[in-house]
Amino acid sequence: MAPIGFLVVFFAWPVLAIVGRGFAAGGLDVVLGDPRTWQLAGFTVASAAASTLVAVLAGLPVAFLLARVRLPGVGLARTLVLVPFVLPTVVVGLAFRALWPDGGVLPIVLANAFFNVAVVARTVAGLWARLDSRTTDAARALGASPWRAFRSVTLPALAPAIASAAAVVFLFCATSFGVVLILGGARYRTLETEIYLRTVDLLDLSGAAALSLIQFAAVVAALVLGGLARRRKDGARIGSGRAGRPEGGEWWVVGAAGGVLALLVTPIVALLAESVSTSDGWSLDGYRALNGTGEKGALQVSGWDAAVNSLKVAVDATLLAMVVGVLASVVLVALRRSPAKAARGLGETMDAVLMLPLGVSAVTVGFGYLVTLDALPGDLRTSPYLVPLAQALVIIPLVVRMVLPVLRSVDVRLRQAASTLGAGPLRVWREIDLPLTLRPLVAAAGFGFVVALGEFGATSFLARPTAPTLPVAIASLMARPGELNNQMAYAACALLMLVTVLAVALIDRLGRGGVGEF
Amino acid sequence: MKSRAVRAATAIAAVSAVAAGCSLSDGDGGPQQTPTVTLVTHDSFLAPQEVLDAFQKQSGIKISVLKQGDAGSLTNKLVLTKANPIGDVAYGVDSTFASRALAEGVFEPYTSPEADRGPQRYAVDPEHRLSAVDVGDVCVNVDTNYFTSKGIAAPASYEDLADPKYKDLLVAEDPATASPGLAFLLGTIAKYGEAGWKDYWTKLKANGLKVDSGWEEAYTKDFSGSSGKGPRPIVVSYASSPAAEVGDDGKPRTKALLDTCYRQVEYAGVLANGKQADSARKVVDFLLSQQFQATVAANMYVYPARQGVDLPAGWAQVAPLPQKPQALTADQVQAGREKWIGEWRTLVQ
Repeated sequence: MAPIGFLVVFFAWPVLAIVGRGFAAGGLDVVLGDPRTWQLAGFTVASAAASTLVAVLAGLPVAFLLARVRLPGVGLARTLVLVPFVLPTVVVGLAFRALWPDGGVLPIVLANAFFNVAVVARTVAGLWARLDSRTTDAARALGASPWRAFRSVTLPALAPAIASAAAVVFLFCATSFGVVLILGGARYRTLETEIYLRTVDLLDLSGAAALSLIQFAAVVAALVLGGLARRRKDGARIGSGRAGRPEGGEWWVVGAAGGVLALLVTPIVALLAESVSTSDGWSLDGYRALNGTGEKGALQVSGWDAAVNSLKVAVDATLLAMVVGVLASVVLVALRRSPAKAARGLGETMDAVLMLPLGVSAVTVGFGYLVTLDALPGDLRTSPYLVPLAQALVIIPLVVRMVLPVLRSVDVRLRQAASTLGAGPLRVWREIDLPLTLRPLVAAAGFGFVVALGEFGATSFLARPTAPTLPVAIASLMARPGELNNQMAYAACALLMLVTVLAVALIDRLGRGGVGEF
Repeated sequence: MKSRAVRAATAIAAVSAVAAGCSLSDGDGGPQQTPTVTLVTHDSFLAPQEVLDAFQKQSGIKISVLKQGDAGSLTNKLVLTKANPIGDVAYGVDSTFASRALAEGVFEPYTSPEADRGPQRYAVDPEHRLSAVDVGDVCVNVDTNYFTSKGIAAPASYEDLADPKYKDLLVAEDPATASPGLAFLLGTIAKYGEAGWKDYWTKLKANGLKVDSGWEEAYTKDFSGSSGKGPRPIVVSYASSPAAEVGDDGKPRTKALLDTCYRQVEYAGVLANGKQADSARKVVDFLLSQQFQATVAANMYVYPARQGVDLPAGWAQVAPLPQKPQALTADQVQAGREKWIGEWRTLVQ
């Protein structure tokens, strides 16, 4: 029950406390009765759905490339695709602003999709790589065209992974904040930006509470749909897939994947170019400035210190998330396997509840901390430990999504055999589950680590000026005039990308053969 | 294969454990001899470490800085935690939000002996719960090169901004999401009054005004006079921004229009219900002292509230303090803020 306890203390209690204040203040009916509220909700859901669709369409060819193609450079693509995922939103927002100076719906949809192509590509690739290719071969032997075989055999088998990824992407997009603010300007607003505005700037807690309720409902709906689709996972035949040189029409898919990768890399290249360009030509001053604290000391620590701090915090957050996430997954699997129907129902509910932190506004959680956590010993509200705690909250759902399917796929008969031979539950776990799930665990930890590196929402609320993470330092630099600060911000982005690429490359090597999916 | 993975995972676990040990053990742990006062402030706070160290040496008080967003966010967090504040002293509540903090009883009265050296000019309440620390002005900035190269005079006044001669050149920030945007809106309300500001904004809108949600987009992407080399040569920023845009030739590339300014005063105060009120008062004295006041211009691009404090070289030319900025009283702002933002949104969006 430890994972539930963690979520209750660091998620449910703060969120309920702050939303509760809004309830107590009254006036919810006014907000809920306002047609503009429902326009906001409509725009939020529609734009998030559009981003999800774009991310899925762009992610599928990349997934094919990662899972089924053996060509030089695929390993690099596997690493590169994750880079957009960790870029600070303010940077990506400004990069898209360079292309669409007036902002608007299209850049919002594309920017949110840009962040999340990795989620689709890596999740679907995880399943695709293990999909038994004999089924497709059989369909082809019976005369089906490659497209027909894909549509009627492969696609249905991939559906659970696609749905699972889509649900996660939808949650990320529906609660995306910086991108909407920068690209939507004063015109396009979502529930998330409105909750932020009402909480942070207006202190209109009842308005924020009403909007939070609607957001919550949308999130639960997405989770239920994702869960329903995942349940069909048993239909997928897991065997050994084959990766090889593409043949015939497959080259088109590889070409499409290449196109998607080129599009993902374009803003990254633009950002690198920005880090070395000044009004007087090219210069590496931004990179040199990482040794210092920026023009007129825009930061309290140097860029490198921020990078080191990012690494430390991300390690703490990952460890915490792994402990909580793995424990939660073990409990969930046990509940699912339980003969009692009530226990299985409880498992389903808990599964959904564990995902909720992805769908609740960081500002709601952050303000909730302010009004609750002083009740804990040591007044955690201002503690440096709060940053890894908050980051872990974001990672735990991802860890659970990655670990759970693997734990569930461990053959029950192996465990039963071990029990029959006299092994206690812990021994069974150590001897059977752990060896079988180690690589996926490494993959999950790696992914969690990368998410923690890039986490901004919660971190920006809680990080201390003496210990900023890289994304927080980048935002501080961006918020000051002066060319050098601007260049240093972009150089810090390049540093963040480098750290991410190295971390992912390392993890991918260690966890090779692991699933790497949500 | 299997053993390799096991070894790898063991290695990772070991490395992470060591790393986690490191990161959890440093920081604020360990025995504390010196009393630590927590200074809650906004994201723009910056003070040279040597000045903070000197204060610690002289007073025996260590200042721990806790940044909490912009002035609005800071104020609201202080209001939410007023019964059990997250610090002992707060700095950065500005004239736009001062009334909310005072009305909610966030601060306790304290008259600093340092306050009669100038800060008193900006006093907001007779009980002296807030002491002015610095003064900054939000002004329209222009890219001087743009106007020189086009051979047209740069605009100078609010009226000019609505002149078709300057069509499609101005970028401002949304008052709902950016504090310079709010200050600019308040400046136009102070200038044109309740009766006239909406007409003025209707004209600005017709003249091709662009609204961004934050200062970063407006200044670094849309404004032509900064690093982004954007398309628009007129932007809402600060009176001190040109000080950051001095080229290699020593000349600023931008200029603040001193007739389009709105004054923001930032205050500090002792938090009511704080645990170390005595030390907190000494920190307020420190913020008003010559020592600290001399650092604010170079570090935070604002003017010291104290009189007779030297400014960085060149500020008199590059970033002079406007003589007659627009201003509204804290009570006027408190009474009108939400209504005006709402009306602005309907009007401009």
